[in-house]
Amino acid sequence: MIALGIVVIIALLFIIFIALRRRSPATLRRIPAFDRLNREIGLAVENGTRLHISLGRGNFFTARGGSALAGLALVRRIAERTSVSDRPPIVTSGDAAITILSQDTSQSGYRAAGAEEQFRVTAGRMTGLSPFAYAAGTIPISRDDNISANIIIGDLGPEAALVAEGADRQDTSLISASDNLTAQSIFYAASQDPLIGEELFASGAYVGAGLSHEESLNVQDVLRWILIVAILGGSLLKLIGLAF
Amino acid sequence: MRVITATFAIAAGILVLLGYFIDADALRYIGSLITDWAIIIGAFAALIGIINLIFVHMEKFRTRQTGGIYSVLLVISLIFTTGFGLLLGPENQFMRLAMDAIIVPVESALMAILVITLIYASIRLLRRRVDLMSIIFLVVAILVLILVMPTPVGQLPGAQQLLDFINTFSRGGARGLLLGIALGTLLTGLRVLFGIDRPYGGN
Repeated sequence: MIALGIVVIIALLFIIFIALRRRSPATLRRIPAFDRLNREIGLAVENGTRLHISLGRGNFFTARGGSALAGLALVRRIAERTSVSDRPPIVTSGDAAITILSQDTSQSGYRAAGAEEQFRVTAGRMTGLSPFAYAAGTIPISRDDNISANIIIGDLGPEAALVAEGADRQDTSLISASDNLTAQSIFYAASQDPLIGEELFASGAYVGAGLSHEESLNVQDVLRWILIVAILGGSLLKLIGLAF
Repeated sequence: MRVITATFAIAAGILVLLGYFIDADALRYIGSLITDWAIIIGAFAALIGIINLIFVHMEKFRTRQTGGIYSVLLVISLIFTTGFGLLLGPENQFMRLAMDAIIVPVESALMAILVITLIYASIRLLRRRVDLMSIIFLVVAILVLILVMPTPVGQLPGAQQLLDFINTFSRGGARGLLLGIALGTLLTGLRVLFGIDRPYGGN
């Protein structure tokens, strides 16, 4: 019941933040990877190249589904922003349900931009169900599909190194984030501007996905401060012998 | 139609969530029923995913794209393996051979390449960006490798203490990252639950 109470309080906080939000644009701290992402979206449209978005191998039956949902929000926005291009982004994943949702989300993005005829169902691809099959299916896309930037956002394991290396070999830009600590350390070593931890969930806000994404970040900030105070308070209480 | 989809999705999400938190038989039953449906749909989604894979690779071959020949090989292998799998069953000797002689060695080879790839990525890290964090990252990685390295005299003296000291920071950092990811996941889930983000075909 306490857990449910916490979820309800966070949900209420989220609603209050959205309701109280002024119409002025949000002030977001600068994250170099998202600056690069926005630049790459523009460049892909101008150059007639494609973006490759990889949503990893997470699925909705595990706790790792959250990163895929954040990735899908990004897909939706990128599809909308690149709808003027005749080369739609390619979205790959290692889970069939996420592949179907990525196709659906891309189509929604094109529909919202009034360019539904640009949508191709083959732009959403399932590349492999096991970790290395997924990597083996994803790597050739950077080489064969005129890709200018690889955006990897989702749940991956050690196979992330192979995908990142494949992108690097083609001299394409790599923007990557994962909720998996192994993949995160790999991306830290392999990408120019790594995204760390919860920055993965900020992607929507930084590509202009709207008010709710920006307010999610504000709520996360508030919760983070509460956690910091709780951890420091707990440590202090333990230090003075009042642990419970 | 989109309103109906959203209504069903939100209702299903709320019911499953409540089933986790509230100890009531009815909620638990509905939650497990919806999860079972999702698993069945997920299995069919895998079938659709494979059909999608065939379409993508056939198109690649039809439009004579680079690597089209590999696409044909993939589709032929897929059809043969599926056909034999359906006819002979997964326990058949031929099917086991396909697994043990092709899939397992190929995946092992990729695993071996992974080791080299990681070393190569670490070496190039300082070429990509030279900052304090990158230097700390590399120094710690090399230090840990040295400390866990087998030597003729066993573990180096003081290695375990140093590893424990490093682990204190890495555990703290990992917990911090996981807490942040948990908060992000929670808010992302709430956006879907409120119908703000609709990955199931909404606007």
